[in-house]
Amino acid sequence: MSLSYLTSEYIIERNRERCIDCQVCVRQCANKAHRFDEEEQRVVSDDEKCVNCHRCVVLCPTKALCIRRNPLEFRENANWTPGAIRDIYKQSETGRILLTGMGNDRPYPIYWDHILLNASQVTNPSIDPLREPMELKTYLGRKPEKLKVENGRLAEKLPPQIELKIPVMFSAMSFGSISINACKAMAMAASELGIMFNTGEGGFHKDLQKFGKNAIVQVASGRFGVDTDYLNTGAAIEIKIGQGAKPGIGGHLPGEKVGEEVSATRMIPLGTDAISPAPHHDIYSIEDLRQLIYSLKEATNYEKPVSVKVAAVHNAAAICSGIARAGADIIAIDGFRGGTGAAPVRIRDHVGIPVEMALAAVDTRLREEGIRNQVSLVCAGSVRNSADIMKAVALGADAVYIASSALIAMGCHMCQKCYTGKCNWGIATQDPYLVKRLNPEIAAKRLVNLLNAWAHEMKEILGGMGINAIESLRGNRLMLRGIGLNDRELKILGIKAAGE
Amino acid sequence: MKLLNANGICYQELNKRIRELLKQGEDTIQLQGVLGHRYIGAGIKGNRRIIIKGIPGNDTAAYLDGPKVVINGNAQDAVANTMNSGCVIIHGNVGDTAGYAMRGGEIYIKGNAGYRTGIHMKEYYNKKPVIVIGGRAGDFLGEYMAGGIIILLGLGLKDGEELTGNFCGTGMHGGAIYLRGSIKPERLGKGVEIAAPDDGDMVIIRTYVKRYAKYFGLGHNEIMKGNFVKLRAYSSRPFKSLYAY
Repeated sequence: MSLSYLTSEYIIERNRERCIDCQVCVRQCANKAHRFDEEEQRVVSDDEKCVNCHRCVVLCPTKALCIRRNPLEFRENANWTPGAIRDIYKQSETGRILLTGMGNDRPYPIYWDHILLNASQVTNPSIDPLREPMELKTYLGRKPEKLKVENGRLAEKLPPQIELKIPVMFSAMSFGSISINACKAMAMAASELGIMFNTGEGGFHKDLQKFGKNAIVQVASGRFGVDTDYLNTGAAIEIKIGQGAKPGIGGHLPGEKVGEEVSATRMIPLGTDAISPAPHHDIYSIEDLRQLIYSLKEATNYEKPVSVKVAAVHNAAAICSGIARAGADIIAIDGFRGGTGAAPVRIRDHVGIPVEMALAAVDTRLREEGIRNQVSLVCAGSVRNSADIMKAVALGADAVYIASSALIAMGCHMCQKCYTGKCNWGIATQDPYLVKRLNPEIAAKRLVNLLNAWAHEMKEILGGMGINAIESLRGNRLMLRGIGLNDRELKILGIKAAGE
Repeated sequence: MKLLNANGICYQELNKRIRELLKQGEDTIQLQGVLGHRYIGAGIKGNRRIIIKGIPGNDTAAYLDGPKVVINGNAQDAVANTMNSGCVIIHGNVGDTAGYAMRGGEIYIKGNAGYRTGIHMKEYYNKKPVIVIGGRAGDFLGEYMAGGIIILLGLGLKDGEELTGNFCGTGMHGGAIYLRGSIKPERLGKGVEIAAPDDGDMVIIRTYVKRYAKYFGLGHNEIMKGNFVKLRAYSSRPFKSLYAY
């Protein structure tokens, strides 16, 4: 190959006055950006290998390191940005598809940041959540048309529901895409918080099965790890049709990540590419989807709610109406800013629509058709904080999925290199040396802290609006106002403009 | 053995009764009057037998884990979908996607199979699924196959009729397809090559052909007189050089 035209994206600044050549950075970097020069007896760095994950910076005992964007600039050009130029260099050198990790990083509008929440003043007074009871508990599953009550008790059995103490769940991340310690941390946190984690299409690792009450087990086109026990161990089953980060694209776990444990958990051959294509080849219609939903219900004696996860795409409302009619109990809508362990850059950055729009459109459509009660809606695809959650609920969500936020809580620094399997934080890797860096107990504690903090904030926000239960905010779009949005956007979101 | 008449009841009620009987410890259930009832035997486990008279509907024996299911008639789509272990014997033809993602157990189809038979079949540890098809198979046989064995016998082919449709084994990255007869190279999917079966392959073929012949009352020596070819994947890592890291 000819000379690479790519220059380093980052530069590693080492403060020589502080550096004690202890080599912590050398040991911590799986990308080998630091090395100890035997001849000079000191640590040196190779900028080109740095992915800016901050692992060395955080662990350096003398705080001697700083990573900066390489100040080297191309001639200023609003069209040919450095990124656009670099991508061409890379593809002309390799002839391959550009791969990336985590969610869409392009500067598309973030509608959460164009929506404002209401608060009570004078009339309908606000509630002090520190003094008065506030309810964040919610149930996901099909709700009957009406309740039949006899002698103060329900006369008919409700369809199966899952109970969430707070309206947040950990989104699907498979063992394989992330490490077993990351999976364990989420399982433990979900169990402590009274919420759900999701196995993704990675099978149910034996160490996680004791957390089955808090697990949603996923079924996708490759059916990895799916058998009767798997279906019955989880609290709910999710059919994965699509993912916000890569709508229309399936999953390829490269063979080098399919070691003994991943092979055993997914029930697939050792060392081969694990291929889970986007199309389910037995689903070509809503009727076919119904067939898969009901085969799962039959196999679990109608005891588990069945969720269907789709990427937010152009006709989301019509698609979700079909899914509700196909018999799904829950629909998870994953927006285009949702994360991933690996996706082609062009797909991640250019396919799909914002979840805010999709969620509002779906909720509106299901209400108009009188079938909103038949499904619970779960909003996924970059929910970053408690305010995003409250806005999602007011737009119509029953609960949200978080994944990137959860990974960040565990130590992810969003370097977007998950697909390399060299995650220095022990999250997106199968390398035992890296995996053991993530202590599941500590990571679980961080997750519990995050969601407890969010729960407090949600109660404050609800109280401010004079509402004491999350159920009363659901679909309550009068609590929202838009800012910096045009009429069309306001109409789709079903909200008024600020000041109206 | 317990008899159940499916006539006039819907699939949900039928399957509920089957589950109840199995729970009571019944080891053999015979179903009569089956007419398009879906999901018969879905997710059932253990050393049981279900004998079906009539035409069961889609997803028969889905997620099957141990039992033996005998279908005295044709089967529809997605028979033995995601099967884990057990045995399914079909005295007739099957629709599309038979044995979707199966990772264990055996399926014997007396007649022909539709599209995408054995799609996503996989093997691991001591599990190695097997599908034996007596007649011919439609397009995309063994698509995305990651393991296991498909044997296609081509019995009773008419003059000019071919064993498989197009895109045979497309996306295959493991396992083996054995054909009794020949295949035109243009019928093969990407990533598949034709090989001559070795002695080990012939032992495998003989083992399952014997069982096939026994289940359907045919002579296995006669079947084994035919010429077999093997289809296998070029690589277990088809996407190794697709992405820039």
